Amino acid sequence: MEFFKYTRTFSFMGKSKFALVLSVVLVLSSLALLAIKGLNYGVDFAGGTIIQVKYDKTAPIDEMREKLKSNSIFNGASITEFGSPDEVVIRMKTTSGDVTVDIGDVTREALKETGNYEIRRVDIVGPKVGNELREKGIMSLLLAIMGILIYVAFRFEWRFAVASIVALVHDVSIALGAITLVGLDVNLDVLAALLTILGYSLNDTIIVFDRIREGVTESKNLELDETIDESITKTLARTTLTSLTTLFVVFTLFMFGGEIIHSFAFTLLVGIVVGTYSSIFVASPILLWFGFDVKNYHAKLAAKAKREAEKAKMRAQYESGVV
Amino acid sequence: MRMKLNYRIVVFLLAIIFGLFFSIPSLLQTENGKKVTLGLDLQGGLHMLLGVKTEEATLSRIKSITSSIKHFSQRKDILVDNLIFDESGVSFNLLDSDDTKHIKEFLDKIEGAAIVINGENISLSLSQEEIEKTKKQAIDQAIETIRNRLDQFGLAEPVVARQGEEKILVQLAGIKTQEEEQRARELISRAAKLELMAVDEDRIARVHGMSHADAASYGDVILEDAKNSQIKYLVREIPIIDGGMLTNASVGFDQNNRPIINFSLNAEGAEIFGDFTGRSVGKRLAIVLDGKVYSAPNINERIGGGSGQISGDYTVMEAKDLAIALRSGALLAPIYLMEKRSVGPSLGAESIQASMIALIGGFILVIFFMVTYYRAAGVIANIALIANLFIILAVMSLFGATLTLPGMAGIVLTVGMAVDANVIISERIRELIHQGVSIHKAIEDGYSNAMSAILDANITTLIAAVVLYVYGTGAIKGFAITISIGILASMLTAILGTHGIYQMLETKIQKSKNNRFWFGIKGK
Repeated sequence: MEFFKYTRTFSFMGKSKFALVLSVVLVLSSLALLAIKGLNYGVDFAGGTIIQVKYDKTAPIDEMREKLKSNSIFNGASITEFGSPDEVVIRMKTTSGDVTVDIGDVTREALKETGNYEIRRVDIVGPKVGNELREKGIMSLLLAIMGILIYVAFRFEWRFAVASIVALVHDVSIALGAITLVGLDVNLDVLAALLTILGYSLNDTIIVFDRIREGVTESKNLELDETIDESITKTLARTTLTSLTTLFVVFTLFMFGGEIIHSFAFTLLVGIVVGTYSSIFVASPILLWFGFDVKNYHAKLAAKAKREAEKAKMRAQYESGVV
Repeated sequence: MRMKLNYRIVVFLLAIIFGLFFSIPSLLQTENGKKVTLGLDLQGGLHMLLGVKTEEATLSRIKSITSSIKHFSQRKDILVDNLIFDESGVSFNLLDSDDTKHIKEFLDKIEGAAIVINGENISLSLSQEEIEKTKKQAIDQAIETIRNRLDQFGLAEPVVARQGEEKILVQLAGIKTQEEEQRARELISRAAKLELMAVDEDRIARVHGMSHADAASYGDVILEDAKNSQIKYLVREIPIIDGGMLTNASVGFDQNNRPIINFSLNAEGAEIFGDFTGRSVGKRLAIVLDGKVYSAPNINERIGGGSGQISGDYTVMEAKDLAIALRSGALLAPIYLMEKRSVGPSLGAESIQASMIALIGGFILVIFFMVTYYRAAGVIANIALIANLFIILAVMSLFGATLTLPGMAGIVLTVGMAVDANVIISERIRELIHQGVSIHKAIEDGYSNAMSAILDANITTLIAAVVLYVYGTGAIKGFAITISIGILASMLTAILGTHGIYQMLETKIQKSKNNRFWFGIKGK
C-alpha cells in the first residue's frame, strides 16, 4: 500500500501564508485563554488535598456535600465525578501537616452513612512541596528546550535551531491553550506530556530538516522554497505514518487508559496533531523567512570539505613518512 | 537457498535472548530472578515526604544539658540555684563561688557550648555551628530512627531516604488496609520520648488551680495522665532520665496478664536512677512518654540495676509498636507531613488493567497497520518492536527499576515511536527502489540515508527524557526511564536488528522480484 507517491512535489511553501495566519490565530487565542482563564494548577503544583472515593452504586454527591459540612476541615471542598458516576474526587486547597491524624480517616468517618464505599486514593501536597514541584517543572521545560537548541544548532545550523524552537513554543502554547479550554488540572503527568510533545514534535521537525539539509547539500537548485517543498513531500509519507501509529496508541490510552491517565493522554493527543502540523507549516517556512542562504551554505560546506581534504592529505603524508 | 548470517543478525538474536531471559521472571512472576518493581501507584501503598522541625531539636539538646548540670551538681554537692533554660541556652547561679572551677571543668566538656561566667551567674549557650550541627543530626537521626522502626514493622522493603537537604522520603509498598496505614503512620511519627520525672510532692496538691505559668515559676510542668486527661500531675521540669539512656525495650505481661513494656537503662542512666531513687524514698516517680504520664509509682527503696516498666491500657499490638519505637530511639525533633500519596490496592490493580488494555490495543493496531502498509517489511519492523518490548522489560528487571503508571504510558508511547525508525527506513528503501537501483543498494543506502535523521531524532528525545528524569519526581521518573530504555533499545532492534534481517534475506528478495510482497509497493 502506498498513500503518497513522489511523482509530483506539493507546494507547501506556497501555502505557508495561510498556515501563518492559522498558527498566529491559534497561538494568540491560546495565550489569551491562558491570560484570561489561567492554568488550572492541580494539587501537585498548587498544593492541596485530593481524596478519591468509589461507591458500589452511583455516588450520592449531594448527600456527601451535606455530610462533609459537619467538619470544618472540609470548608471549601469541592466534589466532582471522576471517570464514572460511581467514583468521585473531593478536592481541597488546604493540607494538614499532622502525620497521625489522617484526612482519609476523617473523610471515612464523615461519610459513614452514605453507603458502601472505598477510599482509593489520598494525595496531600503541602504548599512548600507544591512550590518546589512547580519551580522544578518550569526549570525542566526550559532546560529541555535549551538542551535541544544547543544540540540542533550543533548538528545543523543556528537558523534550524531557532526554527525548531519556534515550532516547539508554538506546540506547547497551543497544547496549554487546549488544556485551559477544557479545564484540565495541570499536574505532574501533564508536565510529562508537555515534555514528551517537545521530544515528539522535534522528532518530526528534525526528520524534515534532515531532508532539507540533504536537499540543500546535494541539489544544484538555489531556490530554497523549492528544495523545502521537495523535502517535505519526500518525508510526507513518513510524517503521516508515524503520526498515525503514535496517534493510534495515544488514542487507545485516551480511551481505555483510565481516568488517572486521561489528562496525560489528552495533552499528548493535542500535541501530536499540532506537532505534526508545525514541523511542516511552522518550522520549515521560518527557515525561509530567516533568510537561510543556500549559496552561503554551499560555500561553507565546500570550505569544510576542503579543510577535511587537507587534513586527510596531511595525515596521509605523515603516515607515509613524507613529513 | 542459503541465507547469509551476519554480525547484525547475531547481535539481534543475542539481544532477543537477553530480552526473553531476563523478562521471564517478571512476566511469569517466578520465585527466583530479578523482577520489575511495581510503583506505589500500581501496587498500592503509601508515599510520604516528611519534614523535621529541627528547631525543636536544639531545645531538646539544651534541656538534656540542663538535666546533666543538675545531676552533676547534686552528685558533687554543689549548690545551684535558679537553674533555668530556654531555646537560647541555660543559666544558673552558683551559691558558693569556690565551686566555679569545678563546674567550669564540667561545662567545658560539653561540645559546642559557649560559657559566660558573670560573678555568681553562669550561662551557657550553643554556638551557631553547634545549632546547625544539632539540626543536621536531628534529620540524620530521624532517618535512622524511622528506618529502624519500619525495619521492625514487618513490611517488605520499606524505603526511607533523604530527599534534598532536609526532607525524608518514606515509601511503603504493600500496605493493604487502612488500619495498617494508620499503624505505620503512628509508628513513624511517634516521638517515643521516654522521660522519668520527679513528682513535685510539695505542690502537687494544688495542681488543679495552677496555670502553666505558675508551674513554670516553680520550675515545674503540668502533665496529663495518659488514660484520663482530667488527672494532672505536677512534675519537675528537668527530667531525671531521658530516652537517650534507654538501651532496650520489650513487651512483657503484668500479674493480670496485661501487656506492659519493660525497659532497661545504660550504665550512666542506671547510676543516675539509683542515686535518685535512693534520695527520694517515699516520693513518686512519673513515667512520662511523649508528654503524658503513664504511671507514677511510689519509690519504696533505692532501685539499682536500671530497669523499669511502663504500664498502660495497651493491646498487645500497641505495646509491640511502642516497644519498637522506644528501642529504635526517640525522634530528636518532631516530624510533619509535607506530601502524602496513598493508593489503595484496588485502584492500583485497575490502573494496571487499564494501561495493559491500552498497551495491547495500541500494539495490535500498530502491528496490523505496519503489515498492511509495508507487508514483509512491516513484519520485520514488528519483530523489532516485539523484541524492543522484551528488552525494555528485561533491562528494567535487571536494574530493579520501578514501573509506574506514567512508566506504562511511556511503554505504550514507545510502541508508537519505535516503529518510526522502520517507517523512515522503509520509506527510503521504497524511494530507492522507485529510482530503479538494485535491492542490495536500496537496502544499504536506505539505511545509511535514514541514519542521520533517526539518530538526531532519538538523541533530542533522549535529551527531553533525561531532563525529565533529573527534574521529575516519583512516578514521573518512571516515564523518563521507560522512554529512555525504549529509545536506546530501538537503536538495537529497529535499526541494527532489521538491517540484519534484510541482509540475511537479501538474495531471496532479489530472486523473488516481488516488491509488492516484500515492501508493499508495485513490482517493477
